[in-house]
Amino acid sequence: MANTALSAGRSKSIARLENVTLSFGDHIVLKDCNLDIVEGAITGIIGRSGAGKSTILRLIDGLLLPDRGHVYVRGEDVCHMNEEQLNQVRQKISLSFQFAALLDSLTVGDNVALPLREHTKLSEGQIRRAVRDALDSVGLIDAYEKLPAELSGGMLKRAGFARAIVTRPELVLYDEPTTGLDPIVTNLITDTILKLREKLEGTAVVISHDLPSIFAMADYVAMLFEGAIIAYGTAESIRDSRNPIVEQFLEGSEVGPIPI
Amino acid sequence: MRLLDRFGRGTVDFFEYAGGLTLLGAESLGFLARLRIRVAETISQCAILGVQSLVIVTLTALFTGMVISLESAQQAVAYGFGGFVGGAVAYGSVRELGPMLTAVVVAGRVGSAIAAELGSMVVTEQIEALRSMGLQPARFLVVPRFLAMLLMLPLLTIFADVVAIVGGMWVAHTYAHISYDSYVSSVRQAIDMTDVIKGLLKTFVFATIIAMVGAYQGLSTRGGAAGVGVAVTGAVVISIILIFGSNFVLSFLLFG
Repeated sequence: MANTALSAGRSKSIARLENVTLSFGDHIVLKDCNLDIVEGAITGIIGRSGAGKSTILRLIDGLLLPDRGHVYVRGEDVCHMNEEQLNQVRQKISLSFQFAALLDSLTVGDNVALPLREHTKLSEGQIRRAVRDALDSVGLIDAYEKLPAELSGGMLKRAGFARAIVTRPELVLYDEPTTGLDPIVTNLITDTILKLREKLEGTAVVISHDLPSIFAMADYVAMLFEGAIIAYGTAESIRDSRNPIVEQFLEGSEVGPIPI
Repeated sequence: MRLLDRFGRGTVDFFEYAGGLTLLGAESLGFLARLRIRVAETISQCAILGVQSLVIVTLTALFTGMVISLESAQQAVAYGFGGFVGGAVAYGSVRELGPMLTAVVVAGRVGSAIAAELGSMVVTEQIEALRSMGLQPARFLVVPRFLAMLLMLPLLTIFADVVAIVGGMWVAHTYAHISYDSYVSSVRQAIDMTDVIKGLLKTFVFATIIAMVGAYQGLSTRGGAAGVGVAVTGAVVISIILIFGSNFVLSFLLFG
């Protein structure tokens, strides 16, 4: 299914999945999947657990390679890149993990500083300032010297966001940012993602089961079902979609074409 | 047919493992050769993997030296060869038992720790996070541990050799009334610097085995906590087998 925004020629794609098929053993996760990520927008990807949403993020980041098809980032096919070229691409993209995946041997500050220390020639003073700025953006300035084990679930996620944005990437990928959090922290995380998008003026992809949160932040929404994007459009168009699969998913109904 | 199938799978698994281990080793050596080393992390790993192994290595070497001395002193004195006990302890310790036992003990303590740490990092997506930041786990995690092992295992082995000889001397003196002078003189006659150097050459191979097998097992972890357990067990078992096997080959080449 082609993206409506792109078909209409209004927007530019920063990342694109083209006829991507990927299996893990006998299990086909994605089957001829097509998706464009519109530059400057937040794209939400929804779908059932195990549908392959996180897989799409890992394909865009070059952490997984498709069995068939192509994944383009800024027009370059990441499937044919060597590790060094992929690392160059990865410096433009940040993946914020579901459970933050902070290195537990480093403090929060050192975790956030890591990509700057490894990829830039900034002085230690400049790095500290950038880290403080990133932590301030997610409301965690007081956690600089803390270890990840000392943070709550919501704080961990926000620390993960800080690490993701500290290099000011062109594209931020959020993997289940609100899963397992209480409604207040969920709202806080949603607001943080919106604030970060404004600050970075960049592009984001958010995958989540949390529909209110997705519709609160996404400009475009894609629904993944049985390995393919079966619906794509603006958040409003997906919310009002008459597609029975989308309707059933949004209503959370047990009755409909989605097998339970 | 099923037997053939299992044999085929086993062969493929073996070569896959050997290939993966070799690639990780080559990648790490590549970073070492280009001096892409995290110095602070390497020093920290020297303390964690090396200095903290000192107590267990000391105890193992001490009791091993004492036992060799105890057994040989009893027989040697009975046949009038008491003056050779020091040589027997030193010869066995410096050429074989010192390097090998130190490596086995360190494989149990350090190989398992490396596999557990990296395995936990795999299951908590920390390794994937490193890759997503454009950082190579081999440079970031494996090289500091590998270099720390290359630096610390020879030092631990020298320490173990000395402790074993001194422990043996104490037992020879108190149990078989062999004088310290006679013991030391026997040690000097039995071994020379070449033996020490050849024994230490072995430790570089053992250090590589411990660090690489531990790291590869950790980075290959699949599943959750159970997967980490499997990785740790594999790291210790495979390291020890490879240490014993390579020790035989090295002894044959160096002393044979």
